[in-house]
Parts: sequence; structure tokens; C-alpha cells
Amino acid sequence: MTETGKSLYEKIGGEAAVNAAVDIFYRKVLADDRISSFFEGVDMSKQAAKQKAFLTMAFGGPHNYSGLDMRRGHAHLVEKGLNDSHFDAVMENLAATMQELKVPDELIAEAAAIAESTRNDVLGR
Amino acid sequence: MATIRYGDDVFELAQDESVLDGLTRQGIAIPSGCRSGICQTCIMRALHGTPPAAAQQDLTGHQRQQGCFLSCICYPQHDMQVALPDDAPARLSATVARVERLSADILQVTLHCHADFRYRPGQFINLHRNETLSRSYSLASVPELDEGLHLHVKRIAQGKVSAWVHDELEPGLQIEIQGAMGDCYYTPDDKHQALLLVGTGSGLAPLYGIVRDALHQGHRGEIRLYHGSRGIGGLYLLDELRALQEQYANFSYFPCLSQQTLSGFRSGRAHDLALADRPDLKNWKVFLCGHPGMVNSTRKKSFLAGAAFQDIHADAFVVAQQT
Repeated sequence: MTETGKSLYEKIGGEAAVNAAVDIFYRKVLADDRISSFFEGVDMSKQAAKQKAFLTMAFGGPHNYSGLDMRRGHAHLVEKGLNDSHFDAVMENLAATMQELKVPDELIAEAAAIAESTRNDVLGR
Repeated sequence: MATIRYGDDVFELAQDESVLDGLTRQGIAIPSGCRSGICQTCIMRALHGTPPAAAQQDLTGHQRQQGCFLSCICYPQHDMQVALPDDAPARLSATVARVERLSADILQVTLHCHADFRYRPGQFINLHRNETLSRSYSLASVPELDEGLHLHVKRIAQGKVSAWVHDELEPGLQIEIQGAMGDCYYTPDDKHQALLLVGTGSGLAPLYGIVRDALHQGHRGEIRLYHGSRGIGGLYLLDELRALQEQYANFSYFPCLSQQTLSGFRSGRAHDLALADRPDLKNWKVFLCGHPGMVNSTRKKSFLAGAAFQDIHADAFVVAQQT
């Protein structure tokens, strides 16, 4: 298969890339004062698994999320005030994680577009 | 509402009722422990239907493939046919060999298991008081160094199993155990990696096993053990740990008191002191055992301090919610 025929997930590096990214990404999110309060009191193992699922999806990999899942999964956070500024913060952390892993800019843009496509569902609009 | 089939019983789960609670309501006795998705005593298998992912989160890929799930945290949206798993760790018979006092409210119980029992120090076993009542206890013994299995059992207020252990266990008594389970143990894959161990109360049990296991296997990296309690009465095995510190240059032991000041002891909470002493935990392996609040907050802080998620082994000693 040619380079251009490969999926985004393959070009980024598949599951190995997700595994490399998950600690970096989750650490950035937890340390980000703008959004860390949303993670207070959550079970870290379960949360790490969710971060991994999210990164897999953003990297164009296999996932089973529907828009409805996104709405249900974040509804309790929307009640606590989750809004665009928090979503923007996650997007920044996602891009910074990929930059740290030296992912080429055009692939970062593709992954960001996938993550961006969930905004309205996540924010319950 | 989801319909549950178990053997010949078919019933509907109530709103917000777990599979375990539903079965119990039907009068079906399913072994259970913590009822919080930790101890894995209540593990079951789906014969039909798919368990919700949340009820399989902490199981191995192999167990998930077999449809295993934790019935205490299983709230299915769809119908399921369930059974007890045939591959749950077998119940084994064991004899109480010794019961010794370690502190005012902690006993060391030594068990001799009749079957060939394989375990690593820091893993846990379930101790069965009867058919349906069990609790998890960590293994403080090292198979290559100790005779039998050592448990540190703290008396819990209204604890149905710990009261039985404290009041009724005596040498010669036959009991049933199940295990060993859990991944909180030493692996010799990098003998130069630094190890940080933090425990409160009887959370010392797995750590005492892990430290001695690591030293026995020739671990070369720095090993730091912090054991915390409010007052001096909550610390135990002080002499043994100080002797180990004398014997091994790479092992440091820090007994910590959060509400008492005494010379020879660190003042403050064990986890705060541990993280203040070593603020950068990149490439460290971290073991956390004891009070759930301490374990969960220290897990997060260790991760933020640079420890890789897979290098943090946490064992929160959850007190059973109900029985």
C-alpha cells in the first residue's frame, strides 16, 4: 500500500502510538488547572482506559463511540459547567501531546479535526 | 429493564440494581467481598448477552474474552444469562498455624495451605468465613523465605470477617482460601529501577512482602519504604524493618507519624513526605497500599510527578460496603 493509501491511524503509528501518547496526554490533562477539577475523584484506571479510547478515536483508529455515547458520557460534566473553553483546553493538550511525539503537522491537523467533530455531542448541544 | 437468567431462575433487575444484588434478592448465594469492583470475589461469566464494559474494566483480556464480569458493579442494559465461572481461583483448604499480635488492632495470621499454592508477595487471597462471606487480605510472606502464608488482619469496626479472625481463629482451625490474585508484586525485569513504597495501617502487609522479595531477588536500585500512621501504636514490624535497613545499603525505611512527634520518626503523612523527598518520579516504580483516599490521591500525584501509569501499582484497602 502506498503512503497516501494508508489510513491516518496507520500513518500515526497505530496502537503503539496511542500507548506512547496516553501517559503524556493524561498527565497534561490532569495538570491543566482549567480542566483538572473535572477529573477529581475519578478512578484513574478507568479514566486511563477512557483516555486511550479517546486517543484511538482521534488518531483515526477503531472505536465504538456513537454521538449518543458522547452525550451520555459527558452529561454529568455539562451539568457541572463543561463548556467550549474546557473543550478547547483538551484540544490544546491533544495537539501538544502529538507535537511532543513528533507527529507531523498535517497528521496533527487530521486528528484534531476528528476530535473537533465530537464537540457538539460532548457539550450536549 | 434487563432480564437475568441464572440456572433455572429468571428475574428482572430493578432500577439501579446490580446483578449481584438481584441474585441476592432472589435468594441465590453468590460469594462476594468488597462490593465495590475491587476484590473480584463476585466474578461471574455471561453465557448469553454482553456484560457492560464497566463491569469488565479491571479484568484481563483473557477473562473478558470468556465473558467474565464483576457482578457487584454490573448494571446491564440488555438481558443476560449468567453463571459462576468455572475458572475462578479454586477454593483451597488451609490450616491456621499461628496467630500473633503485631499491634493493638492488627494480627498476623499464618496459614498452611495443603495444596501446592503459588503466589508472589503483595498479591492477595480471599479468606472465606463461610459460603458467602469473604474478605481479601494481602500476602506479606515471601515463599522462598517464609513458612506458610502471612496475612496482616486489622480489626475493622463492625467487620464481619476481621472480628471472626480476631476473636475465633486459633491454631489448628481449618479454613478456606482462594487465590492468589492481583498484580501488586515485584518483578525482577529491571533490577536497577528505583522503587517507592507507601502504605498506611495494615497496607504494610503487601509492601513488607514486596520489599523482602525485591531484596531477596537481588534488587540493586534504591528502595524507599514509607509506613504511615497517626500515632506510634499504628506502626509495627519496626525492629524487623530497621534491621533490613542496616543489612541493605539500598533500602531506606521511614516510619511516619501524622499526629505525634517522636524522635526517630518522620512527622507528617507518609505519602506527603515520600513525594516531598522525591519530587521527580520519572522511571520509578511505585507501590501504594492502604487507605483508599491516600492511595487514590498518591496515585495521581505519582503519575503527575512523572511515574509511568503502568509502573504505579495501587491496592486500595476498601472496606466492604455491606454484607
